[in-house]
Amino acid sequence: MATGKNAFNADAAKLRVNRYRKRILEVSQQVQALHIGSAYSCTEIVDVVYNGLMRHGEAGGTRDIFLMSKGHGCMIQYAILEERGTLTRAEMNGYCTPTGRLGCHPDHGNPGIEAATGALGHGLAMAVGMALAERGRKRDTIVYTVLSDGELQEGSTWEATLMASSFGVKNLVAFVDNNDFQSLGRTSQTHPSFYPVVEKYLAFGWESVEVDGHDSAAIHDAVASRKGDKPLMVVAKTTKGKGISYMENVPIWHYRSPNKDEYQQALKELEAAL
Amino acid sequence: MRNTFSEALYDEAKKNPDIYIVVADISPGGTIAKFSTEYPERFINVGVAEQSMIGIAAGLALRGCQPFAYTIATFSLYRPFEMVRDDLCYQNLPVTVVGMGSGVIYSTLGGTHHTQEDIAVAGAIPNMQIIAPCDPAECTEATRHCATQKVGPIYLRIGKTGEPNLTKDAEPWQFGKLRYLRRGSDVCILSYGVIMKMATQIADSLAVGGKSVSLVSCHTLKPLDREGIAQALRTHKQVIVIEEHAPQGGLAPQTKQIAWDIKATCRLDTFTLQDKFIHNYGSHDDLLAAHGLSPQRILVAIA
Ligand SMILES: Cc1ncc(C[n+]2csc(CCOP(=O)(O)OP(=O)(O)O)c2C)c(N)n1
Ligand SMILES: [Mg+2]
Repeated sequence: MATGKNAFNADAAKLRVNRYRKRILEVSQQVQALHIGSAYSCTEIVDVVYNGLMRHGEAGGTRDIFLMSKGHGCMIQYAILEERGTLTRAEMNGYCTPTGRLGCHPDHGNPGIEAATGALGHGLAMAVGMALAERGRKRDTIVYTVLSDGELQEGSTWEATLMASSFGVKNLVAFVDNNDFQSLGRTSQTHPSFYPVVEKYLAFGWESVEVDGHDSAAIHDAVASRKGDKPLMVVAKTTKGKGISYMENVPIWHYRSPNKDEYQQALKELEAAL
Repeated sequence: MRNTFSEALYDEAKKNPDIYIVVADISPGGTIAKFSTEYPERFINVGVAEQSMIGIAAGLALRGCQPFAYTIATFSLYRPFEMVRDDLCYQNLPVTVVGMGSGVIYSTLGGTHHTQEDIAVAGAIPNMQIIAPCDPAECTEATRHCATQKVGPIYLRIGKTGEPNLTKDAEPWQFGKLRYLRRGSDVCILSYGVIMKMATQIADSLAVGGKSVSLVSCHTLKPLDREGIAQALRTHKQVIVIEEHAPQGGLAPQTKQIAWDIKATCRLDTFTLQDKFIHNYGSHDDLLAAHGLSPQRILVAIA
């Protein structure tokens, strides 16, 4: 990865994630539910992947792949795809309408979406499959994927974890959005044995590091400095609902949309963050 | 309906210390908070791990308990399918698998959250019984039945929230028997589950048009009340099946089979979801309409 040449611009990232959060907030006013807390939890991660790590076929070169394993967090992916021009503004505005093409989960066939997700615990195995396909074709494509910590409760995720390292998959970079929340409560309380995560991945033969999942530069560096001889799992410590005081770590924001007053307050907080 | 389910379950759990509920990071809401505080050992949240949810429920039942496994319908049946088949059905254990938000209720959440073929899938497994209540009151009856039977596994297919009660004037609920919500002599509508609301609207429209209409809840899909359906086919001029399920393996094809077997002479029209993943992210009604299920369309087709 061309880290030196492409040094990551943290100030630009700060502006981008603020724009994305605002755009998601705007769309939230059209619908009753859009998993806003889940999207805000991984905003920095998905931004760094698209805008700092992936190669997008510039000058006919490699096109890296992104797969949103935690499909319910896809608003952040949609916001980025809109800004990149992959999705149109009209498509974004048609989110969750009878005539629109975008629903609450990423659907295969939609622009920029590599696979349908929404049922948790499917993404990592599909990512391993994609990585094997790219390797088989002797391409240097890297497959990026973002999992939720809830997905690490599914057995299927651990099967794919075992496969990736056992099959010597190197072109796979995964993140876990470790906000310590699933729908019913905090992971550290409901599943204390969930931790430590990095050590588990190391034991499974992966490279693994922990980062602050809202520090864009740190996320970027964690991947840029990878050794590259194993699959990489970045355990990103995050806050569910990050960026809006009343949403942070409050379970109802997993799903629901802010009302008018809450919308105004959130907008103010995002303005003030700049 | 999910709140009614948890209330009924709580009432049963008070009476029977063998009742457990195993959930997979999805809560039935309402009264279940009382259940989990008063009986913490009997409320097990496995987290996002549906296969273990079924396995643990099987283990509980193997030791004599009466467990319920509960989550969103797709994740209660499809995700842990082999555990349902082998651990529950093959061993014939009295475990109730509750599928919440069945059919296409989770409209905006897309195909990963729709259960269009669950009756066919569950119904194909030996020993599996299936109940799909049409309103909260029926859900209470069904939950009580599930909590007290020892025959074998049950797939309890329920709705989500806001369903109206439609069975105020109905005959008593009985497992395995058709239930007439109203009796007429010209047209008989057979339906089950949340779409009964639409069936009721259609029955009302037909009645306004001068027809004498029967409206029937076929809440027990397996074992199906074949004799009851045969009787409905014999005693009405027209029978209409309306179901929120794929065309294969549900009530519609089974009714046709029975009609053939008894050489029925009535007119028979069936309305089901299509054998398609339809990408429509509107309301539940929008998605049903995209599948061709709307009162207007059905009324035209049956005229
Ligand atoms: C297989 C499966 N089971 C259950 C669900 C329902 N569900 C959606 S999100 C969620 C948990 C949310 O927590 P987490 O996965 O950690 O996501 P995040 O905290 O990033 O929002 C659940 C149980 C699902 N989508 N897929
Ligand atoms: Mg989480």
